[in-house]
Amino acid sequence: MNTLILRTVAPVLTALMLLFSVFVLLRGHNEPGGGFIGGLIAASALAIYGIAFGVGAVRRALRFHPMAIAGCGLMLATVSGLVSILFGVPFMTGLWIYPEILGVEVPLATVMSFDVGVYLVVVGAIISIALALEQEPGLPERSDGKTGGED
Amino acid sequence: MSANAPALTFVALFLPFLGAVLAPALTRRLGDKAAWILALAPTLVFLHFCGFLPEVAAGEAVTGGYAWAPSFNLSFSWFLDGLSLSFALLITGMGALIVVYSGSYMKGHPGQGRFLAFILLFMGAMLGLVVSDSFLMLFVYWELTSITSFLLIGFDHEREAARRAALQALVVTGAGGLALLAGLIFIWNITGVTQLSLLVHLEGSLRESPFYLAVLVLVLGGAFTKSAQFPFHFWLPNAMEAPAPVSAYLHSATMVKAGVYLLMRLNPVMGNTPAWEILLPFFGGITLIAGTLLGLRQTDMKLILAYTTMASLGLLVLLTGFGTAHAVEAAVLYLIAHCLFKGALFMVAGAVDHEAGIRDVTQIGGLRTAMPITFGAALLSALSMGGLPLFFGFLAKEEVYAALLAGNPRAVFFTILAVTGNALMFALAFAVALKPFLGPRTEAVRHVHEGPVVLLLGPVYLAVLGLLGGLFPGIAHRYVSSPMASAIADERVVIDITAVPHPGMPLLLSVATMALGALVYWRLDAARALVARFLENLGPGPDRGFDHFVAGLVRLSAAVTRLVQPGRLEVYLTATFVLLGTTLLLPPFLFGELPAIPVWPDGVLVQEAAFLIIAAIGIAAVLRARDRLTAIVSLGIQGFAVAVIFLLLGAPDLSFTQFMVETLSVVILTLVMTRLRLSNRDHRLLGQKLLDGTIAVACGLGFTALLLKSVETPFDPVLTDFFNAYSKVVAHGANVVNVIIVDFRGTDTLGEIAVVMITGLAVLALIRVRAGKKTVGEEGQ
Repeated sequence: MNTLILRTVAPVLTALMLLFSVFVLLRGHNEPGGGFIGGLIAASALAIYGIAFGVGAVRRALRFHPMAIAGCGLMLATVSGLVSILFGVPFMTGLWIYPEILGVEVPLATVMSFDVGVYLVVVGAIISIALALEQEPGLPERSDGKTGGED
Repeated sequence: MSANAPALTFVALFLPFLGAVLAPALTRRLGDKAAWILALAPTLVFLHFCGFLPEVAAGEAVTGGYAWAPSFNLSFSWFLDGLSLSFALLITGMGALIVVYSGSYMKGHPGQGRFLAFILLFMGAMLGLVVSDSFLMLFVYWELTSITSFLLIGFDHEREAARRAALQALVVTGAGGLALLAGLIFIWNITGVTQLSLLVHLEGSLRESPFYLAVLVLVLGGAFTKSAQFPFHFWLPNAMEAPAPVSAYLHSATMVKAGVYLLMRLNPVMGNTPAWEILLPFFGGITLIAGTLLGLRQTDMKLILAYTTMASLGLLVLLTGFGTAHAVEAAVLYLIAHCLFKGALFMVAGAVDHEAGIRDVTQIGGLRTAMPITFGAALLSALSMGGLPLFFGFLAKEEVYAALLAGNPRAVFFTILAVTGNALMFALAFAVALKPFLGPRTEAVRHVHEGPVVLLLGPVYLAVLGLLGGLFPGIAHRYVSSPMASAIADERVVIDITAVPHPGMPLLLSVATMALGALVYWRLDAARALVARFLENLGPGPDRGFDHFVAGLVRLSAAVTRLVQPGRLEVYLTATFVLLGTTLLLPPFLFGELPAIPVWPDGVLVQEAAFLIIAAIGIAAVLRARDRLTAIVSLGIQGFAVAVIFLLLGAPDLSFTQFMVETLSVVILTLVMTRLRLSNRDHRLLGQKLLDGTIAVACGLGFTALLLKSVETPFDPVLTDFFNAYSKVVAHGANVVNVIIVDFRGTDTLGEIAVVMITGLAVLALIRVRAGKKTVGEEGQ
């Protein structure tokens, strides 16, 4: 799928989709969206990038191993649940603060960091599966080569 | 006691575990001297528990603890009465000696730190077991002792025999622990009580329950495996693979008594029934005789002691189940005496082994001049074990005979058993304590000399204690024996027997025991040959049976694995979907719960109908597709159409997710196809196609029926109303779906993302395995 059109469009499309995925993640509490769907959108974005430029490019862009990203997400979600212990309320109780940032009251909550954790787990897990499948068998995980499916 | 006594007791219960954590580092720093510091832990705990003596001797029980999971009525709580306090003192007092002894015994061994850590770990578990008030805590500690025993028996893990013995002990006692758990849950169900302190004062309800016999069998399953009662005795002699301190501590003084402890603990609520008074003395009696006979055949010092331990445990079970307060007194005295003399004798055997390197009584001789102090300790202990006057063992034996004498045939039978068993133990005691030391010096021990002082401290101390206890029994009776017997019999019992021989039937039986024992000792070699011939005619024992059982289990699991895991994906998928289709279709069909045939709804909008048609076209394209890639993409079309229908019907969250899932499914399926180098064409034969098609249609129909049925049942809006009402107010979110996911049912989501992550890891591992051997399962292209 080394078409010129895809190669030209892919970076822009990926960037837009990643931005959109974060938007969907953050607005999830009040409008349709959330961590799970946001994570899926981000995973699709990275899949497009991978189809256009190959596995190596995605791995370089990500910097971290996708499984590590998923692990961080799971950790973040767990810690968000555990924060409640400090306040003597049951595990996973949502806690809210309302700091004023640049004169705007911004509601922040442990449920939000929990949702970010969900997002990271979904992106990390799906992308590691996709990248591992896309890579030519036998090549190391830092390949910069072409995609595995050229038929 | 002062106000912070509960906190102190709590700390005391965890002090041995703390010691276990520190042991490896301390041993690296200080070498074998670390044992002295580590021995502080049991000593401090011992002193702490000594503080309870006056209160408990006055007939009171101390309870305390902390709530653990109050909603399940679970607590971390302890219960100290005469029984548990005596055991706690025994465990910690003996434990301090063992730690010091281990320091010297294992000196220079590279694994000494690990060894001390295991010993302390066991000590903490055993202490927790005997002071536990709540059932669950008792069970946890019970299994913990099995696990630590496993670690200690297998300490020398490079030897196959040690590994086998460790595994065997774990399997036998672990299985017994599970039986005990079932028994405890039964008791909980019947009585509604989860605490021993409440249970022991409960009148009748357990004995009169129709499930009494089931409870009894389960509890005995736990107690008999732990206390090595026939026919579960075989693990105990094999456990002698462990270093000597372990044999002295776990496999004679403490852990094997856990089963006896449990029976004694439950005696007030479960005893005094025909079943109890038949099963316990029966199995105890068999164990007593079997233990002594098997011991007679052995020549290894530790194995002889192991079999006499088994016999003593049998005697204790016999006495506990005999059914009189007098027998309980005898059991208590015998238990204390046994800890003293058997602990000392095991340490003596360890000292001889440590210095001479062998333990065979037929090869060792004449050590009395080379190891005089060891000999002294061995002699004192053997005198107590043989039950000679002035020793604590004498008190115990007198009491045993006095308790068993009742004049009826049952009592006469058990008296004969006890006399026979005791006489053989008498002979075996001296086989271990005299044979290696008397006679001419043998070649094998030519250059042996006395062990270091630290190695002798434990055996000498215990042996002397056995003499002092016999000379001044008043203190022991007041603080230990009487409160313990009172707790077991659940009535006030005062023990006042002294070591002064007083004429009567028990003394006569004692004399008979000693005479018979001396006779057997005199003709020991002949007796050994006789028993060996007898046992050989009997055929293989349960030890061999265990091997066959384990081998059979391995074969069975291999066969089952081959059956359910043939390694072909087609088989897995077919099985999964056949089961799914059956589950969905069969129950509604059998119970007449199939949905009514739906009618075409009025007012279907044009766009809705259009997307339905697109979905149908997608499906048709899947079936018509000539190659797999087309089929995958066509399936995506169908999915997208359904997603749009969701959107039109007002479920944007669901619709979004469906879009993304469909997209990623197409991408990943395509990747899997190319990666696995599947053939582009479908090669299935017509028969196979028909079968797969039938399964697919059945699953589809099943799901349709399920969905139609759930739509047909009247909708219950309770949850909808709840979430609509509280989503904004309580959780500050307007998107109910997302609020449910991240807040109301957040813990579920946490579990789900953990599953997503683990699935990812599993897929990754599978792909890497494939990359390693890439030719497997290729279909060619």
